[in-house]
Amino acid sequence: MKKLLIPALVLASIVGCSSTPIPDENGGAPVESRTGGSGVAPVIAGGLDSRGLPMELTDPKSKLAQRSIYFDLDSYEVKGDYKDLVAAHAKYLVGKPGFKMLIQGNTDERGSREYNLALGQKRAEAIKRSLTLLGAKEDQLESVSLGEEKPKNPGHDDSAWAENRRGDMLYKAADGRGEF
Amino acid sequence: MNTMHLITRRIFLVFSLLTATVAQAQLSIEITGAGANRIPVAIADLSGDPTASRVVTATIRSDLERSGLFKLVDTTGAALDENSPINHGEWKGKGADALAAGSMARSPDGRMEARFRLYDTQKGVMLGGKAFVTGNDQLRAAGHRIADEIYEKLTGEKGVFSTRIAYVVKSRGQFLLQIADADGQGAATALTSAEPIISPVWSPDGGRLAYVSFEKKKPVIYVHSIATGQRTIVANFKGSNSAPGWSTDGRRLAIVLSKDGNSQIYSVNADGSGLQRITQSAGIDTEPRYSVDGNIYFTSDRGGSPQIYRVSANGGDAQRVTFEGSYNVSPRPSPDGKSLAFISRREGRFQLAAMDLASRQTQILTDSNKDESPSFAPNSRMILIATEMGGRGVLSAVSSDGRIKQRLSVAAGDVREPAWGPFSK
Repeated sequence: MKKLLIPALVLASIVGCSSTPIPDENGGAPVESRTGGSGVAPVIAGGLDSRGLPMELTDPKSKLAQRSIYFDLDSYEVKGDYKDLVAAHAKYLVGKPGFKMLIQGNTDERGSREYNLALGQKRAEAIKRSLTLLGAKEDQLESVSLGEEKPKNPGHDDSAWAENRRGDMLYKAADGRGEF
Repeated sequence: MNTMHLITRRIFLVFSLLTATVAQAQLSIEITGAGANRIPVAIADLSGDPTASRVVTATIRSDLERSGLFKLVDTTGAALDENSPINHGEWKGKGADALAAGSMARSPDGRMEARFRLYDTQKGVMLGGKAFVTGNDQLRAAGHRIADEIYEKLTGEKGVFSTRIAYVVKSRGQFLLQIADADGQGAATALTSAEPIISPVWSPDGGRLAYVSFEKKKPVIYVHSIATGQRTIVANFKGSNSAPGWSTDGRRLAIVLSKDGNSQIYSVNADGSGLQRITQSAGIDTEPRYSVDGNIYFTSDRGGSPQIYRVSANGGDAQRVTFEGSYNVSPRPSPDGKSLAFISRREGRFQLAAMDLASRQTQILTDSNKDESPSFAPNSRMILIATEMGGRGVLSAVSSDGRIKQRLSVAAGDVREPAWGPFSK
């Protein structure tokens, strides 16, 4: 019975808190009502998106917005189809030494979880190596594996598995903001 | 405001208790196959305190039946205890090769004492008997102890009814590391996390679990004391830290680190000190498991496809162990050193396989599609695996000859990553 009473008490005190009237410090003078908070319309100079991140990386129309590299079953080879994509990201990293990249390797759900963790690591390492061969610096890149533990597609068929055999390239901006 | 804080904390506690009960989803067991020559055994209702007797008798019977090695003979109408004279001919006539009779009595300190005797009705002799003192909330444990005694006397092998299992349940987006009795009863949650938990393994003394947790957004190896909940980080290097396997003396762990690029095998003390590299390859080396003969079995793709290899626990040259097929992983040497369980991919299906290490003969033990994570019972007779049934993760126990199969499932979730604990002390 005691336990049942407690939730009612908390509810009452929360309601009590939020409904307490705040004393008007301006002595009742009417305050101008504004729309949009500060009344300052923000303008962003060319090249940055609304979060201040480079549009080159975030605009869906940009090549660099493509961040995923897909792998064949049991394989950690970066296929020829991704040559241009890898080259574009390497070029960006070379030009922006302050930017870093986190590469996450993933696998499909089949087989050993531990082997998949190692396979995901190999996939991430393979992408990392392709980027360093094209000039990206070792200290800009970190490769990790999520194995089969974080599937993008929760399905259990060929198309889901193909989507989950994947390496993702996530940027961290020079000011430490990431991963995007 | 302070009192409100206190009250919210108390509410939170009540809530945690409620959710803990919900999360303690019981494993239910279904027997899907039995041995060919089951020993007919009669377990008479224990006499004495009726409530306690019912619990203990039922536990003994279900343990023996579930093992797939025994056939229960009807004992209706028999009123026996451990001191009753036994009419061996009568029980032989009912088809029983063995008979157990006993009683439950209250011991002077208020606890319960379970006593039993076991008879060979064919030879007309007593095989043994014992008494176990137990708390009123531990009656099933007494049943498991008696079932272990009967099992050992009749098969010549130690029973595993008193052992525990660990496994991971994924339910409502949470990962629960649970520990239950070998029959799936009495599940308790040792760890709850929003991130995946994989690869639990029991320390040889049964007091600790090593596992991999993603709670730091990457795989990190922990050792967790079950009774105290105290956790120690064993390895948290750059990259992945995974696949712990205890040495047979419980002092060291074989682990897998990718700090130098690829996943490679190292060994380390259980407190994280004394790191030593074991393998040196250009490919993947993972899933190390110590065998009783001082070797480490592991998975490697150094030959082009994932296969099982063996290396001395101190390192050196590795020998390839599996050759059939293009995907053989998750090696688990049996505690008796005679066989190796692993997962083999055959025509796209992942199945439990066992290799006789003397003859190198391999047998596929299941007919399923997605077997994972085999784990031997400490008597080497059964192998616990994770598999899939109707799109859900379930556990399955398979005898090492493939004949006996039991399925363990949780109603509200996926069960995976089983680990069978050692013999209880």
